[in-house]
Amino acid sequence: MGRAAALAIIAVLAAQPARAEGLVLSLSSHRVQITQTYTGAELVIFGAIMRDASSAGRQGRYDVVVTASGPKGSTVVREKVRTGPIWANLSQRKFVNVPATLAVLATREIDEVAEPILRTRYGLGLDALIVRSGPDQVEDAPFREALIRLKQEAGLYVEDGRGVTFITPGLFRATVPVPATAPVGTYDVTVALLSEGVQLARESTHFEVTKVGFEQALAQAARTRAWLYGLLTASMALLFGWMATIIFRRD
Amino acid sequence: MQIYLPIAELPVSIFLVLGLGAAVGFISGMFGVGGGFLMTPLLIFIGIPPAIAVATESAQIAASSMTGAIAYWRRRALDVKLGTVLLVGGIAGTVLGVWFFNAMRRLGQLELVIVISYVVLLGAVGGLMLVESLRALISARRGTPPPRRVGGAHPWYFGLPLRMRFHRSKLYLSVIPLAVLATTIGFAGAVLGIGGGFLMVPALIYLFRVPTAVVVGTSLFQILFTMVAATILHAVTNQAVDIVLALLLVVGGVCGAQFGARAGKNVKGEHFRLMLALIVLAVGIRFASDIALPPEERFSLGVMEVR
Repeated sequence: MGRAAALAIIAVLAAQPARAEGLVLSLSSHRVQITQTYTGAELVIFGAIMRDASSAGRQGRYDVVVTASGPKGSTVVREKVRTGPIWANLSQRKFVNVPATLAVLATREIDEVAEPILRTRYGLGLDALIVRSGPDQVEDAPFREALIRLKQEAGLYVEDGRGVTFITPGLFRATVPVPATAPVGTYDVTVALLSEGVQLARESTHFEVTKVGFEQALAQAARTRAWLYGLLTASMALLFGWMATIIFRRD
Repeated sequence: MQIYLPIAELPVSIFLVLGLGAAVGFISGMFGVGGGFLMTPLLIFIGIPPAIAVATESAQIAASSMTGAIAYWRRRALDVKLGTVLLVGGIAGTVLGVWFFNAMRRLGQLELVIVISYVVLLGAVGGLMLVESLRALISARRGTPPPRRVGGAHPWYFGLPLRMRFHRSKLYLSVIPLAVLATTIGFAGAVLGIGGGFLMVPALIYLFRVPTAVVVGTSLFQILFTMVAATILHAVTNQAVDIVLALLLVVGGVCGAQFGARAGKNVKGEHFRLMLALIVLAVGIRFASDIALPPEERFSLGVMEVR
C-alpha cells in the first residue's frame, strides 16, 4: 500500500515537467556604475540547469533564452506625413509601458525555440515582448515595428540567436550588453529554459545602473538645486569668456 | 576619447565636440556673430537631444559674447544705456521663450517648431544678406559708390511715447519699438538656442540707424545678459543644461574665436558678408531638405520618459 502511494507521487511529479528542472543563476555584477568614461558595459550571466531523476532521461536539447529588460517608460513613435510641401510628424502613437532597453539572447534563433503562440505567452523575443497585451494595446503594426526597428538601430534593443552558449550540457553563459545610452534604473534579467518548444523553468535576477561620483553629483544638482546649478553653469561660461580676453590679449 | 554627458545621458567624443566648438568659434570670431545658429543644429546632427542642445548652447553663447563684449568695452564701442533697454526686452522675451519651449516639448512638437523656425529665419536672413552683399559687390566692381541712405526724416515708430535719449548712439526715440525688437529676438533665442546677433545687428542698423561703431558691442552686451538669463531659466525649468557639454563647447569656442578674429582681418567687407550669407543659407537649406525631401525613415522615436 505504502509502495503504491510512493509510486503515485513519483508519477505526479513526473507529469509536471516544470518541477523537474531548476535554474541557478549568477550575474557577474549587480551594479553598473556610470562614470565619466562610461561608454556602455557588459555583464556576464552564468546559469546551471539542476536536474533530478525525472528529467534525467529527457530527449532533445535544451534551449535557453536570456531577456534583460531596462526600466519601463513611455515613448512616442511619430510618422512623417506629407502635408503640402513639407514632411511633418503628424501621425503618432504613444507606447506607455515599453522597456528602455531590451536584450534577448538565446541558444538559437528565437523563432526556432518555440511556436509563435508560446513565444507570446512566455514573452520570448522582441516581437513577443512589445506586442504583449495589457495597457499597451496598440493596433497599428507599422508603429510597433518602427519602434523595434529604431530601437535596434540605436543599439537599445538586441536580439541574438547565438548569445547563449553551453559550456557543459548543464552549464551556460551569456553576455548581457548595457548600451552607452542606457538610462539609470533597475534592469530585470529573466532566464527561460525550454526543451522542444516547452518552457521547463524560469528564473530571474536583476541589476542596477547608477550614476556615481561626479556624474551622480551633477545629475542630482541639476534636479534638486536647479538654481545653483544654473548659476554655476552661467558663471563658468562667463569666467572662461573673461579668461579668454586675458590669455589672448594682444595690446 | 569618449566622455559621458551626465544630463544628456550619452557618451560623446571629446575631440568631436571640442572641434565643433572651435570650428564654429572660428566662424563666429571671423564674422562677429555668436554662432548659435550653427552650433545648435550641429549638436542636433551629432545626436544630442534638441532640448539639451538648445539649453546648453545658451551657456556657450554667454561665454563667447562675454569675450566680445569685454573687447568692445575696452574700446568704448558700446552703448550701455541702449544695451540696457534692449536687455529688459530681451529678458522678457527669454522668459516667454522658455515657457513656449517647455509647452512645445510637452506637446511633442518641439523638433518641428525648431526646424521650421530655422528654415524661415535662416532662409530670410541669408537671402537678404546674399542680395545685399551681391549688390554691394557688383556696384564696387562697376566703380559706382553704393547709394547713400537719405537722412533726416525719421520713421514713424521713433515718435511713439516713452522717448529716450541715447547719447552714444546719437538717437532720440521711443523705447517701445526697441523693446518689441528685443523681446522678439529674446523669444527666438530661448526657443532656438541662438544669441540673435545676426538678427539684432542688421535690425539696429537698418531700422534704428544705430551707428555701426557701437552696434556690435551693444548687441553683444545685450546677448551676454539674455543668454545668462536663458541658461539659468532653462536649468531651473527643464533641467536640460548639460554642464559637461557646455564646458567642452565653451573651451573649444573661445579658442576658435580668437583665430577666427585674426583670419577675419584679411577678408574684404563685401566678400565677408557674401561668405556669411552663404553659410547662413547653407544651414537653412540643410534644414529645409530635412522637411522637404521624402525621408528615408518615415518613423522617429520621441524622447523616452522613464518613470
